Amino acid sequence: MAEYAKPLPVPSPESKPFWDACKRHELLLPYCSSCAQFFFYPRQFCPRCFSWDIEWRPCSGRGTLYTFAIQFRPQAPGFRPPYITAVVQLDEGPRLMTNLIGIDPAPENIRCDMPVEVQWEDVTDEISLPLFRPA
Amino acid sequence: MSIKQKAAIVGADETDEIGIVPNMTPIMMHAQAARNSLRDAGIEKSEVDAVFTCGVSGMASVQMCEYLGILPRYMDNTMTGGSSFVIHVEHAAAAIAEGLCSVALITHGETGHSSRARRGPRGGMFDSSLPSAQFEMPFGVGGPPSVYAMAAIRHMHEYGTTSEQLAEVAVATRKWAQLNPRAMMRDPLTIEDVLSSRWISYPFHIYDCCLVTDAGGAVVVVGADRARDFPKKPVWVLGSGESTTHQSLLGMADATRTPARYSGAAAFEMAGVSHDDIDVVEVYDSFTYTAMVTLEELGFCKKGEGGPFVANQRTAPGGDFPMNTNGGGLSYTHPGMYGMFILIEAVRQLRGECGARQVAGAKLALVNGTGGMLSATGTLILGAD
Repeated sequence: MAEYAKPLPVPSPESKPFWDACKRHELLLPYCSSCAQFFFYPRQFCPRCFSWDIEWRPCSGRGTLYTFAIQFRPQAPGFRPPYITAVVQLDEGPRLMTNLIGIDPAPENIRCDMPVEVQWEDVTDEISLPLFRPA
Repeated sequence: MSIKQKAAIVGADETDEIGIVPNMTPIMMHAQAARNSLRDAGIEKSEVDAVFTCGVSGMASVQMCEYLGILPRYMDNTMTGGSSFVIHVEHAAAAIAEGLCSVALITHGETGHSSRARRGPRGGMFDSSLPSAQFEMPFGVGGPPSVYAMAAIRHMHEYGTTSEQLAEVAVATRKWAQLNPRAMMRDPLTIEDVLSSRWISYPFHIYDCCLVTDAGGAVVVVGADRARDFPKKPVWVLGSGESTTHQSLLGMADATRTPARYSGAAAFEMAGVSHDDIDVVEVYDSFTYTAMVTLEELGFCKKGEGGPFVANQRTAPGGDFPMNTNGGGLSYTHPGMYGMFILIEAVRQLRGECGARQVAGAKLALVNGTGGMLSATGTLILGAD
């Protein structure tokens, strides 16, 4: 197998639970008990109410396409255009940056708010990425 | 206390050459622009007691003071990307109003075009633990085109904004560039040319995207007590505001909004003027979309109506809403952090120095810089006597 050429996330102490769960193909996101809401990206505290009482909760991996763009030039190493960058709004509320896959990268195929679901991609022994496909 | 009319810009100029300038480094550009701007003001370097800058290094004002040989009593490295130099004017005016300094020099210099060749491919400049490195770059999200395009798509989805409407901005801005001998791109451009040009990041064609050039600029700000003592007419700081709502697109509660709604409202309130009073508008156009959405956020039209607002070449020479009269980042120059150049163009318009592109009788100008990923804005309302 060829060496993985795209940028790899380097988990930080506060994001490690997220990336560890990705490895198990679980979407585990930080949740603020005070606000009763998820947030993303991971922090030790809630960016809304500044509570430091944070727990990790599983998400369904289902959501909608908040927005997207079709990249015709590589914006990071290892990417072969055209590819679709996307922001997915999870059913549980928070948004993730990701790639939309399993669909031809043509504007007429893609629309905001279309339903999507997670598809795990094991890119190294340590890292699995949550990509999304049309649901 | 307000800083309204407590300070004025009395010097403004650019490097001798802009565009493709392979024989200069960024710090050389800062210095040459500083010399030209001080000459424009008729002020000796020895009178400068405050330096505002960013970009040249992590300790930018320290580096520039050493390089230029300035002993300051005030310095400011505020770095908000392309809006930095607009925000520096507010900070300079505040420091002057409080008596912390008297002659403020704001400098910029970048070789966005020529550094590409020197530096090689993008990368290596980010802390791998930062959120963007963990949650964006692994998905091939990187440079501004990849992110601004996603904001634009959501705007098109929610408000029906079209590629034709975005192209109107590129075409109108090119018409201004055709009136400016220093502009890099001066060939005629049509809506059809824009729509048939190659994609960079859908929905952006290449003509929706700003240039990448080499350029430097500088301005000199002094207090109201001295503002009329210099060769050029003072350009008064009448209103100002700054804000940020996010760093990354993931931090935007609504991808169609920008912090210009806050910085703009603050500037209008301070200046005590209305939108109809503004004679000329200089807004950051990293992309056609950036300029269009900024007009909405500043309140020149209702939210979502930026597309229809810019239609029919309204912002072009002869239109009723003169905007980006130097030719903009789209056609004039765009070295990376373009905010310095909208500022300089506003000064030139208010002084009546713009020749063929002069907006007749311009007395009030609005300048809005946008930095980062639609992240941080600074708004100034500037006025001539």
